[in-house]
Amino acid sequence: MTMNSARANNDHHHWRKVKNALASTATFVSALLVIAPLGLVFFHLLVNGASSVNWDFFVHLPKPVGEAGGGMVNAIVGSLELLALASVIGIPVGVLGGVYLAEYGTARVNWVLRFAADVLNGVPSITWGVVVYGLVVLRFKGFSAYAGGLALGLIMIPLILRTTEEVILLVPNGYREAALALGVARWKTIVHIVMKTASKGIITGILLALARIGGETAPLLFTAFGNRFWNHSLSQPIAALPLQIFTYAISPYDDWHRQAWAGALVLVTGIFCVNVMVRILTRGRTASVV
Amino acid sequence: MEIATPPAVASDDPRSVARAMAPPSRFGDKAFQWLTLAMAMAVVVLIILTGWQLWLGSSLAIQKFGFHFLTTSTWDPVAEQFGALPFIYGTLVSSLIALLIAVPLSIATAVYLTELAPLLIRQPLVSLIEMLAAIPSVILGLWGIFVMVPWLRDYPFPLLKRLFGWTPFFSGPIYGTSMLAGGIIIAIMILPIITSVSREILRSVPDLQREAAYALGATRWEVTRIAVLSYARKGLFGAVILGLGRALGETMAVTMVIGNTPQIAASLFKPGYTLASVIANEFTEATTDIYLEALFEIGLVLFGVTILVNLIAQLLLKTMTTTTSTTRAVQ
Repeated sequence: MTMNSARANNDHHHWRKVKNALASTATFVSALLVIAPLGLVFFHLLVNGASSVNWDFFVHLPKPVGEAGGGMVNAIVGSLELLALASVIGIPVGVLGGVYLAEYGTARVNWVLRFAADVLNGVPSITWGVVVYGLVVLRFKGFSAYAGGLALGLIMIPLILRTTEEVILLVPNGYREAALALGVARWKTIVHIVMKTASKGIITGILLALARIGGETAPLLFTAFGNRFWNHSLSQPIAALPLQIFTYAISPYDDWHRQAWAGALVLVTGIFCVNVMVRILTRGRTASVV
Repeated sequence: MEIATPPAVASDDPRSVARAMAPPSRFGDKAFQWLTLAMAMAVVVLIILTGWQLWLGSSLAIQKFGFHFLTTSTWDPVAEQFGALPFIYGTLVSSLIALLIAVPLSIATAVYLTELAPLLIRQPLVSLIEMLAAIPSVILGLWGIFVMVPWLRDYPFPLLKRLFGWTPFFSGPIYGTSMLAGGIIIAIMILPIITSVSREILRSVPDLQREAAYALGATRWEVTRIAVLSYARKGLFGAVILGLGRALGETMAVTMVIGNTPQIAASLFKPGYTLASVIANEFTEATTDIYLEALFEIGLVLFGVTILVNLIAQLLLKTMTTTTSTTRAVQ
């Protein structure tokens, strides 16, 4: 090898090292940029919202336009009621559907169902608002908590179905065989042995779905509709925290903006608490069975 | 817990023994299987029901406007003239901006997380990205209105105008709420999903690929480029299409920052409108039947497009994972 080509080779080698360093830096900067919005949103939520999250916020109804103060207690309770209504639809359908996929479905049927669930997960949430409006609001002539709960429940179904299937598949077959060998009916085996073993994972999936729909606004716009007062009947419009945040955010009043930030801080805190809970529940999942 | 009673203890009556010995509750088994099947079928039923309901709700508008609905740009509820072109345009342009920003950042982040980052910081970074995904759209929109839009209006937008003002895309007055702001907020919304799906794809690339490239003396980046990225190309494309599906349907955050004006303008500083936003804003204001039907039809268009985009994305992702799992099996 001549001197010249040796130097060229050396240069080339050097250039490859530089490129390697450049790529590492560029991807690192990208990662920082991706998580930057999280930090910024959090920072501004605390700066703008923390001072307005006080006792009043949790115990008072919204004040009429023009009067400062008041709280969002009706929206917080309304959101919880909507989550409960959604759970009535989303949990049984999602969990039992997941059981079918894991325990009974043939490969081909499962492929279709999984595919449908994944496609459903990608449908914009506002679509459910429109569909439930057509199915319920138009038919029963009025916005209602039922309609809002249904819209949210429909969103839960594919989410819970997929997570339930995954955790049930993790239950070792030995458990099923042991129960069946004792003469336990298959459905009892599934309910009492398999689902019980996987219950932590199933609950995790449910919590994640609740955290997701707890922040949904679009499907509630023309189903639950929102309400400035207490909801006395589930067939009446009901307030929800995300809806209230939206209404207040796009309003022209400074005091409402302040409350919107406070509401947002409360909502995000709630959602993150659920996510932390999930993390604690799933810690060491691979070590123990489920 | 309920356990089938042991036959001998139950009773001395032979019939009861026989009953207990027989395969217990065959009816219960069948019923439970059918029940779970019915629940699982809900996902298929929901897709059909949604399509049917949207079709039903917009049948009058479809009859009246026909194909022109998609190609005309007058949106005048008072004169009962409805053309969805500005909304289709707004949805496509804002999603395109979002993809241009989010795709390189997400894929680079996924590469960093799977190939280049120190092992110690990988999991914390993944958790942070999951937290970003958990922020509701409406809260990002709130931040968008009061923090991002004023900042964009005061600093980056004037800079863009000075540098690229000679192109039609960055000319004209700066309001703040604009197509560009809408695109940016959508980009933030789709960053986590593209990143986490891309990360899954890159993780599914067999280590044998990497080892082969290392054995030839490749640097870390060369291994990533030659052995990992080219191998995962199809799956990454799937991740991008999945992100596109989310971008097209993003509603609250974009409604709060895009300006909600039905117009087709070249300048990205001008306000726009998207399919999802017009439904969110005008649905409860629709006073006439035909107005409501037009909005239902917009919902139908949005549903049709997102279903199609998600179908493509899932097909790309599913074939990717099957090929990797078969490669693993071959090893």
